Amino acid sequence: MSEILVKAIDVTKRYANFTALDRVNLEIRKGEVCCIIGPSGSGKSTFLRCINMLERIDGGAIWVGGELLGYRRQGDELHELRDAEIARQRRHTGMVFQRFNLFPHLTALENVTEGPIHVLKEDRKAAVAHARDLLARVGLADKMDHYPSELSGGQQQRVAIARAMGMRPDLILFDEPTSALDPELVSEVLDVMKDLAESGMTMVVVTHEMGFARGVADTVAFMESGRIEEIGPAEKVLSNPDSARCAAFVRAVHK
Amino acid sequence: MSEDIYRTSHLKLRPRRHWGRMVAAGIVLLLLAALVRAFATGKIEWSYVGEFLFAPAILEGLVNTILMTFSAMLIGIVLGVLFAIMRISENPVLSWIATGYVWIFRGAPALLQLLLWFNLALVFPKIGIPGLMEWRTVDVMTPFVAAMLALGIQQGAYTSEVVRGGLLSVDSGQYEAARAIGMGQLMMLRRIVLPQAMRVILPPIGNEVIGMVKITSLASVIQYSEILHNAQIVYYANTRVLELLLVASFWYLAVVSILSVLQMYVERHFARGTKRPKATG
Repeated sequence: MSEILVKAIDVTKRYANFTALDRVNLEIRKGEVCCIIGPSGSGKSTFLRCINMLERIDGGAIWVGGELLGYRRQGDELHELRDAEIARQRRHTGMVFQRFNLFPHLTALENVTEGPIHVLKEDRKAAVAHARDLLARVGLADKMDHYPSELSGGQQQRVAIARAMGMRPDLILFDEPTSALDPELVSEVLDVMKDLAESGMTMVVVTHEMGFARGVADTVAFMESGRIEEIGPAEKVLSNPDSARCAAFVRAVHK
Repeated sequence: MSEDIYRTSHLKLRPRRHWGRMVAAGIVLLLLAALVRAFATGKIEWSYVGEFLFAPAILEGLVNTILMTFSAMLIGIVLGVLFAIMRISENPVLSWIATGYVWIFRGAPALLQLLLWFNLALVFPKIGIPGLMEWRTVDVMTPFVAAMLALGIQQGAYTSEVVRGGLLSVDSGQYEAARAIGMGQLMMLRRIVLPQAMRVILPPIGNEVIGMVKITSLASVIQYSEILHNAQIVYYANTRVLELLLVASFWYLAVVSILSVLQMYVERHFARGTKRPKATG
């Protein structure tokens, strides 16, 4: 068993009159691909965003790579981190958004090099070479100098994946990466993600693509009402779940 | 026989006459001709207009007008960006101060603010850093400095609202994507948010720059020698009032025209990556 990369303990997130996450516990090991499934509003995306501190949590704690997110422990006290330290913690975690969120004023290549050059202060030449490799790997060698508005949804999402990889992350979070795509473009993105999984990248994927979960995921977590209702090996959760709700959800999605 | 009514190919096409348009255009042209005639036959000595167009006093005024436009606008833009960022910041004190700044400096007429700065010596005879250095206010508050501060600071209040609108126009996904690659606040604003906001900010800023060219004429009341002030001095001496006002109008129009063309090029630069219709001047 490889080492633990992400550990979430009793993660709780409340809005004014609504508990989005209710004591969520999760462990993800290095190289593992974990798919989070569940009905909309179940807290899947919220939980994913907590792992990258795009949402503040109200209770519990998350560790990535052994580092406690958002706080520094001093003796018996937890000190909130400053913005710059939070930004530094985020560098190790890549994120791919449902709506791509590419930077529209930058070309595909510049989207990928932006972080490495300006955040990681990598040498420009080396960063460009790395970005070219990554874009070629996601099948966009001929689109490097295109702006996002000139690319299809599937191509934009592949650039977004290359952008996340450009930061040489330990972990990539995918927030419904194919939900905003036209149906015929879904597979080109899933193929890239599958390729990435096979290369050993640790991935947490919020998705409705059961085929992907079954084929690529090591573990599947089913969430409902802000809780992880069931978690286990992909085959078990998707084919023979213990929870009746999980079984109903999987059946409904497969229709 | 009855099939004949469906045959149209041999018929002659008579385009519709737009009588209403012709009448409207005729009336407007007639009025325009009357206006031109009035100026041509009026008591305007056109030779004076030509003579004073490049007179040293007028050209000096022109340079001062341009200098004031850029100095005041520079202050306006710097303050505008600063206060817009303060306004949207999560720090309640900064946000409050920014709101107050806009409230006050947008609330008083520019002419009044000019007079306030110029007469600052009446209440603060000396200014400086207490104990370190001090100057007599009348020495510091020259017409140039007073006009630059008054116009620049009131401009900043308007510009900050324009910039804030631009910042708000950037999708929240852009902020998240920038954070996700580990950017801090300032880098995110500088590299990701502002370049995109510029597309929305520029057209109104172009408007404001052009507005500033003309507001600088207010500085004539505090003896700043911009073009209108100098034109007035000339016509006090030679009584060619309308001729000199036309000279000044010509130069204002010329400066504004050049700025409009400049604006077009700047907007084109910031239109990178958009498929929308390119900016126009």
